[in-house]
Amino acid sequence: MNSVITNQPFVMSDPAKPVTESVPVHPTAPAPSPSPAAATPVPQQEIAFDIQDLSIFYGSHQAVKNVTMHIPSGSVTSIIGPSGCGKSTALRALNRMHELTPGARHTGKILMKGQDLYGPGVDATVVRRRVGMVFQKSNPFPTLTIAENVLVGLRLNGVRDKTFLNKRLEESLRMAALWDEVKDHLNRPGTGLSGGQQQRLCIARALAVRPEILLMDEPCSALDPIATAKVEELIHALKSQYTVVIVTHNMQQAARVSEKTAFFYMGKLIEYGPTEQIFMNPKDPQTEAYVSGRFG
Amino acid sequence: MSVLAVVCALLVVLPLILVLFYLLKMGVSSLNWNFFTKLPEPAGVDGGGMANAIVGTLELMGLALVMGVPIGLLGGIYLSEYGSEKTNTWIRFGADVLNGVPSIVWGLIGFTLVVAPMGGYSAFAGGLVLACIMVPLVLRTTEEVLVLVPTSYREAGMALGIPRWKITFNIVLRTAAKGIVTGVLLALGRIAGETAPLLFTALGTTLWNTSLKDPIAALPLQIYNYAISPYPDQNRQAWAGALVLILMVFLLSASVRIVSSRRKK
Amino acid sequence: MKRYFHHELEDLRKHLILMGERTIDSVRLSMQSLLADDVSMAGQVIALDDEIDRLEVLIDAECVRYITLRQPVAHDVRLMTVAMKTNHELERAGDEATSIAKRARRLAEFGKVDEFFNIPRMGDLALEQLRDAMDSFIAEDANKALLVPRRDKEVDDLNRDNYVKLTDKISGHPETSHANIELIFISKSLERIADHATNIAEEVVYLLKGEDVRHTQEVRRTAM
Repeated sequence: MNSVITNQPFVMSDPAKPVTESVPVHPTAPAPSPSPAAATPVPQQEIAFDIQDLSIFYGSHQAVKNVTMHIPSGSVTSIIGPSGCGKSTALRALNRMHELTPGARHTGKILMKGQDLYGPGVDATVVRRRVGMVFQKSNPFPTLTIAENVLVGLRLNGVRDKTFLNKRLEESLRMAALWDEVKDHLNRPGTGLSGGQQQRLCIARALAVRPEILLMDEPCSALDPIATAKVEELIHALKSQYTVVIVTHNMQQAARVSEKTAFFYMGKLIEYGPTEQIFMNPKDPQTEAYVSGRFG
Repeated sequence: MSVLAVVCALLVVLPLILVLFYLLKMGVSSLNWNFFTKLPEPAGVDGGGMANAIVGTLELMGLALVMGVPIGLLGGIYLSEYGSEKTNTWIRFGADVLNGVPSIVWGLIGFTLVVAPMGGYSAFAGGLVLACIMVPLVLRTTEEVLVLVPTSYREAGMALGIPRWKITFNIVLRTAAKGIVTGVLLALGRIAGETAPLLFTALGTTLWNTSLKDPIAALPLQIYNYAISPYPDQNRQAWAGALVLILMVFLLSASVRIVSSRRKK
Repeated sequence: MKRYFHHELEDLRKHLILMGERTIDSVRLSMQSLLADDVSMAGQVIALDDEIDRLEVLIDAECVRYITLRQPVAHDVRLMTVAMKTNHELERAGDEATSIAKRARRLAEFGKVDEFFNIPRMGDLALEQLRDAMDSFIAEDANKALLVPRRDKEVDDLNRDNYVKLTDKISGHPETSHANIELIFISKSLERIADHATNIAEEVVYLLKGEDVRHTQEVRRTAM
């Protein structure tokens, strides 16, 4: 009786983890798939955003209602919910972009790594250098080349050192998984790239100023599946150095990329927990209805 | 239906062609080297040219550009980027009113406010009045073009932590640059042929202009003077001047087309 | 393009293969303890059963997690259902092996067994079926998998023959009836193990070809 199977000793894929401890159903256990690119993991206690009783109003309309949540550092947190549920509004409050809409005001507090984002004397421009943003529709500046697009945030903030700029250019394009595709034509216009490449260019542009946190507002909704997959891979790779908060109307994307998921409905935070729990065993019946596609 | 469209198109183009043709016929014979290089001869003497008028027109357009464009530009930027709904409505209304001011009224205003206090007609006064005509034009076209720049570019700039004014000047303005240049060229084309305001401000002269405080010759003025003159030679030169003026405007329009069609892909 | 979570599929395969190995070990050891009259092996089989049970829970959890978070289709989603069914078959086979080991322990108390009838041959066949089923999964060989259900008749026939012979022996020698009744149960267990191997092989065919061959002519034909 010849057999391909030999009598192996009891060895798991990861020798450090015995079988019992890697059963992933347990809601509080960390996800068992570590990123191969990760350096030392960020301690999970560190909080990127401490959102306290946040409400946002546009004139008399209340778009976000009394949201309280902690967003952890060094991981990807996603916000899901039907259209008009306030998720994009809440996201924009995290880098004070909602202020650009006339008539917008808020109550409640947002602390970023302990500092009040809206405190007296806090300059919104400085906040936005620490908390970057990528938008739904890619928007590279049309009059600038690829290289100029990536470096615009640095240059317009006074950085002149050419060596430093070139180094940052390459690093940012590599982080956005775009370097190999554009390294030979950095002087072509930014708008000459495909949709997926343009979005990655915008990500490189946002990363070039080295924010601590990256906000993404439905970054893949205008992209085809392959471009989407590339962006998701790069989000996964960013986890080791950045905190990412992503708003998406594609639930499956939230399930694929994030560690924690928040479900918003009609401006309220309905449920917030580990992604596995939200999708496998949600506590709130509204959450269950939404993720099962039985909403509306 | 399409026959009707073709007929209408021809009807529109026909007068233009006829005018050009007539101008060419009447004026081209007087176009010679002298016309472009010599000063006008005294009344009754044949020969001479409109060199100073041509240069004068260019000089006045330059003055108007320097004085009018910055104000129009900044006004347009304010309307598009910084203004509030209420003030914007008033500013736009004001600009539209100014646009409708008859050019001779501008001339009178120039005379009262600049020429009289200065004690004489001057190139400066002429340029200033032309600038005043340009400002509302440039302001409106600048605003229209800036408003067309998608908000997403401004948002992207803000999200990078770039100060607001830098976004306006380095990103928004740069994106709208072509449209703004087009607007300026169109305004220049408009003022190139203005005669009435210059009557009371620049006055015209048969000499070269050497100082901004002195009167200056301009093609429209010279054409006017020569057209009503009893001397046939001067009449002929008026036709030539008209032809040159039309060619200038034509060149400006052509450059507008070139600028706006050159798409940086 | 290899996605960052595709290693979860590889982990799942590894766990399933490991579970197969443990189950085969369990059957082998239980047969050894029976035929060599060595009760210490019975203890090892019981320990193996705990591992097999843990792997069953782990694999189910991995599959549900992968289905929920990664939305697999085509081959990958078939792998999920096949993994969940196969681990169940393996767990049941492991239970049967444990049952054999426990009966072997009990038999030892009655003294040495004088005749095993077809049981050793059935043991060999059951192990061979299990090995071939798991090998066909590892090697991704659907043809090899199809041979397993076709050979199942032989095991069934041997079991029926055992039953006839053992019941005769019980009527003839009532003093050894306790031992012989245990042997009947052991024969049944081995027949069940072979059935589980057949089910696993049918799942492998489904995984590789997308065809559900259960209860079809494809598998009813006897081998050779």
